[in-house]
Order: sequence, then structure tokens, then C-alpha cells
Amino acid sequence: MSDFTNELVQHIINGVSLGSIYALIALGYTMVYGILQLINFAHSEVYMVGAFTAFYTARYMGLADKPGFLTLITLIVAAMVVCSIIGVSIERFAYRPLRRAPKLNILITAIGVSLLLQYSGQIIFGADPKVFPNVLDDQTLATLGTAELRLFDVTILGVAVFFMAVLTYMINYTKTGKAMRAVSTNWTVASLMGINVNRIISMTFIIGSSLAGVAAVLIGMKYPKIDPLMGMIIGMKAFVAAVVGGIGSLGGAVLGGLLIGFAEEMVKGYISSTYADAFTFAMLILVLIFRPAGLLGKPSQEKV
Amino acid sequence: MIRSFFSRATLAGLVLIASFGCTRNHDQEILIGHLGAMTGSEATFGLNTQKGIQMAVEEWNAKGGIKGKKISVKSLDNQGKPEEAAATASRLINQDHVLAIIGDNTSSRALAAGPIAQQNKIPLISSTATAPKLTEVGNYIFRICFIDPFQGQVMAKFSRETLKLKRVAIFRDLKSDFSVGIADIFKAKFKEMGGEIAADAGYQGGDIDFKAQLTQIKAAKPDGLFIPGFYTEVGLIARQARGLGLNIPLLGTDSWDSTKLSEIGGASINGSYFSNHYTVESTDPMVQEFVAKYKAKYNSVPDGVAVMGYDAANILFSAIERTQDLKPDQIRDELAKTKDFKAVTGKITIDEKRNAVKPAVVVKVDGTSNRYVTTVSP
Repeated sequence: MSDFTNELVQHIINGVSLGSIYALIALGYTMVYGILQLINFAHSEVYMVGAFTAFYTARYMGLADKPGFLTLITLIVAAMVVCSIIGVSIERFAYRPLRRAPKLNILITAIGVSLLLQYSGQIIFGADPKVFPNVLDDQTLATLGTAELRLFDVTILGVAVFFMAVLTYMINYTKTGKAMRAVSTNWTVASLMGINVNRIISMTFIIGSSLAGVAAVLIGMKYPKIDPLMGMIIGMKAFVAAVVGGIGSLGGAVLGGLLIGFAEEMVKGYISSTYADAFTFAMLILVLIFRPAGLLGKPSQEKV
Repeated sequence: MIRSFFSRATLAGLVLIASFGCTRNHDQEILIGHLGAMTGSEATFGLNTQKGIQMAVEEWNAKGGIKGKKISVKSLDNQGKPEEAAATASRLINQDHVLAIIGDNTSSRALAAGPIAQQNKIPLISSTATAPKLTEVGNYIFRICFIDPFQGQVMAKFSRETLKLKRVAIFRDLKSDFSVGIADIFKAKFKEMGGEIAADAGYQGGDIDFKAQLTQIKAAKPDGLFIPGFYTEVGLIARQARGLGLNIPLLGTDSWDSTKLSEIGGASINGSYFSNHYTVESTDPMVQEFVAKYKAKYNSVPDGVAVMGYDAANILFSAIERTQDLKPDQIRDELAKTKDFKAVTGKITIDEKRNAVKPAVVVKVDGTSNRYVTTVSP
């Protein structure tokens, strides 16, 4: 292979790996939006809590020096459980009391919760960055020209695809999934049909938040530096991914995540890292101008 | 907008309070200010400088202080942000009425605090800020470390002559004055010495993913990679570089100096080289004595930042001791006269541009310890 194709293959591998993590977080934004029409700004902090949960779990269970798939699974499960609890608590105590208030109130509350978690994190965990434990021993699985396919990238993609598949199955083939779709279409009517709307909303937060937990462990594994403000930038990008893909659409979140990860990689690789974030947001602006509903979003009709 | 209004209002309030009589009494003690990043991604810089300063203060106070007065230090956290560095400098000067300020370690933040110290005619000494333009701010600004051109030249010379590298790639932190300045000097010097720059890429401080740039760098087939960045990013860069199969020596500057470097970089950072102010491996009895005292007090090995904090404090205190009546302008004059001061990091002379003339060492990373490689004199 020529140098150019080698590079390109490597960029594609890197981009897909990064993009699938954005996609996991974007799913959390899009699910909550689909049901509550709320942009849950605290989602990126749930992700941060997930990373710290994994960090302390590894430390107190003595898994810090025992890399392997078992460690990875244990940490993912721990992060998912704690993230679900945080996500549900946020919904129960911050959003539910405002359910009938104007949309703006609840949006501002979301920003407030996000800041509360960020700064509580700095007090509880300390503001200096922590080093994430060695979860898995990275190794080269295959070499394509000079491009390397690493265990981390394959694991990240594998785990992400697994959870997306589970989610798709849940949404389309289970009773809870059906109820979720019903609530997202029209919650008043759904509640008339005997669906417990509060339970379904809690369920949405559980699923979305636990996906953020998964993403946190994957990020920690690949980029072993975590700090209480780590959610800010990545949360912003995942949110952009959700919007680009079409907020409220699950497929859109995945597509958006991959697209953003990919674009960022290409801009950094071929243009300059200075423009990577600018490009991401320029893409957001273009999508909002030409396809306000996002790439896979359904144009919404104002209900009268 | 609202935030800046409030911070201005608070500042105005503080100045107002300060001007009404809360003038600190310098009769009982000598108050020195210290500002540094004690939280954030460069937190070890501020915290360890503080430890070094504290050691110097205790030693001086044990000897009876300066002219019979005890020294006390007020340390403020600037969170690693230039705007906070300016705010904390104002606070130290206007509210606490310090005689002199030590800090910040990094050029970006020292450059934010410097003009405030200069306006108020309060001497400011930075222990490790190496950007040349810092002391150009004015005649009250000093530093006790070498400057970027020297550090860039040391590493260029070291890679060309000692490591015999031919094609080096540069990976700089575009957000940092320090990193950009040093990268330019390294580039010029390395080319002048007959080397070739294979690639010159950049990243943003705070990034966690560097694979795109590293892939480009790898494609340029360099035989060394110069990263004048800070330890948190460098640790991650090292890991990702090795992950992409980029197994060439990594070269850096004193900004790598932290125990976190090897925690974050793991085995990937081993065998890399960086220029520094001192090494614990030095056989100089003064260094050994300092290391032993520091270990006894803090139960850790002092990094370069800690020892520079200690040296800065000692230089400042001996300048204060030489003054007639402890006035900031006299302290400034005495600081400027510092010559052949026997510091832990070597003999320090302050030149007419208020920079220090002193040698640099190059060390090799080996786990949490750094092995001494060579000394490069100015």
C-alpha cells in the first residue's frame, strides 16, 4: 500500500473508534430528548461520574493491576449501575418537579445540575487529573501496511456495537421499548392507554445514563486521564452528534457520533488541530440550516 | 459579560476596602505572596513550588527570620488560568500588601500576573517560567531559570550531537506561549546544525486524542519527536504514539517534570529525554542535602519545580535581608544584584535582563525516576 492509503486506513480506524464512543454518549442525549423534549445537559456529568466510579471500583476491588476482559466487564457494570442511579436521581429530584413548567425552566435546571455535579466532583474527587487503571493490555492485532489495528479500537467498537444492538432490540421488540416509543409519540395518550409514564421516563434515564457509563470506561481505557471537568467537551461533541444525526432518532445519534469522530480525525490529520472543533460546530450550523431536523430526524410538525 | 462585571465589581470593592486602612503591619512579619496552579491539569507545579518555598521559609524562620522578623507566605491558587493569575496577583498586592511575589511557574500565567506587579512596583520572581518576553514586562520582573532559547538550543544540540538524530518531528501545544516559542527555537537551531524537520504538528492543551496528528507524524518517518508540552498531554501522547507503532525517542522540556508523567504515560514514556533545571542524581552535596531534607519533610522525592521554588525563595529572602528598610524598590535593586548565588540548582547570576544565567541538565525518564544524562552550560 502507498503511504497515503496507509495513513488513510489508520485515520479510518482511529475515527471509527472515537466516533463509536461519541455515539454511545449521543444515544443518551437523544433518548431523553425523544421522550421529554429536554436537552439533558447533566448527561456529560453522568459520564464523568461513570469514569470515577470505574476508577474507585478498580482501586478498592484491587483490579487496578489486573488487566483483562473480566476487569473491563466488572468496571463497565459498576459504572452502568452508578450512572443509572445518578441519572434516575437527577430526573426524580430535578426534572420531575418541573415536568409541567415551561421548557426553559427545566433546561436551565439541567445546566444547573451539570454545574453542581462538575464542582461537587472537584471537591469530592479533587481537581487534579487521575490516572485511569490499566483495564486491558493493548496489543496490535493486525497490521495493514503500516496502519495498526489495536485491541483497544476493536474492543471499543465491539462493546459499542453490542450495547447498540441490545438497545435496538429493547426499543423494537420488548414491551418497555414499545411503551417508550408510545410515550415519545404522545405521553398523554400513552398514559390513557395504561402506561406508567413516570416509570418509562425513569427507564429512559437508566438506559441513557448506563450507556454514558459504558462510554466513560471505554474512554478511560483508551485515554487514561480523568478529571471532574472531563465531561464538558466530550458531552458537547456528543450533543452535536445527536443534533447532526437528528435529535430523537437513535440511528441518527449513532450516525452523528461516527460522523463527528471521523470528521475530527480527518481535520486533525490533514488540516490542523486548531480547526477540529471549529469544523465540528460548523457542521452543526450547516445541518441546522439545511436540514433542521438532522440527517435522520423526522421533520417535526407543530401539534395544535 | 455578567461574570466579568461581577469580577470587576468585586475587584473594585476589594481595592476600596484595601484603601481604607487595612494596611498590613509590616512591623511584626514579612509577608511574601505566592501564586500558582494548585488545581487543574498542572496542579503539581503550584503545589510543589509551595512545598519548596515552605521549606525555605521554615529554615529562615528557624534562624530568626530576616532582621528579627518572621517570614510568612500567602499562597493563592490560580487554577491554572491566566485570568485567575492576574486576579490573584491583584489580590496579593492590593489586599494582602505583600512585599514580593513568587510565581507563576508557567509563562502564560506569569505573563498575566507580571504587568500587575510591575504597575504596583512589587518585585515578582518566577521560578520556572522560561518565555523570554516575561522579564521584558518591566524592571520588577525576575526569573531564576534559563529561558526558552536556551532550552530549545539545549535539546536541539542534544538530539543532534548526542543522539545523532537527523530527521526530527515537532509536536507543539498551540495554546501555550511556552510551547510555541520553544518549538520555533528548536526548529531553527536543529536546522542550523544540519538536521531536518520531518513534520511540525500541533495540538490543543487539554486534548486527549492525538492519534490523527501522530498518524501524520509517523507517515513523515522521523527518527525523533520533540514535544515541548505539559506532562498530562505528553503522557497521553507517548501512549498513543507507541500504540501507533511510532517507536522513536521522545524529547521534551522542563514542562514534563512531574511524577504524574510516568503515571499517565506508563511504560510508553520510558527512555524519553527532557531538559531540566536539576536532577536528584547529582552528586553535589547541596543537592543531596536538599533531597534528604525534602524527603524527611514531605515523604516524596522533590521534582524540579519544588527545588526551583526553594531556590527562588532563598534568593528573594537573601535580597530582602540585604535591603535597608524592607521596601519593595530596595528589594528589586538587591535582586538585580544577585551574583553567583549558591543555589541547589547551581550557581545563579541575574543578568541585566533579569534572567538567570545557569546550566541545564538533560535527563532520561525511567519510571518515576529521571536518570541524569548530561549537563549543558550556557
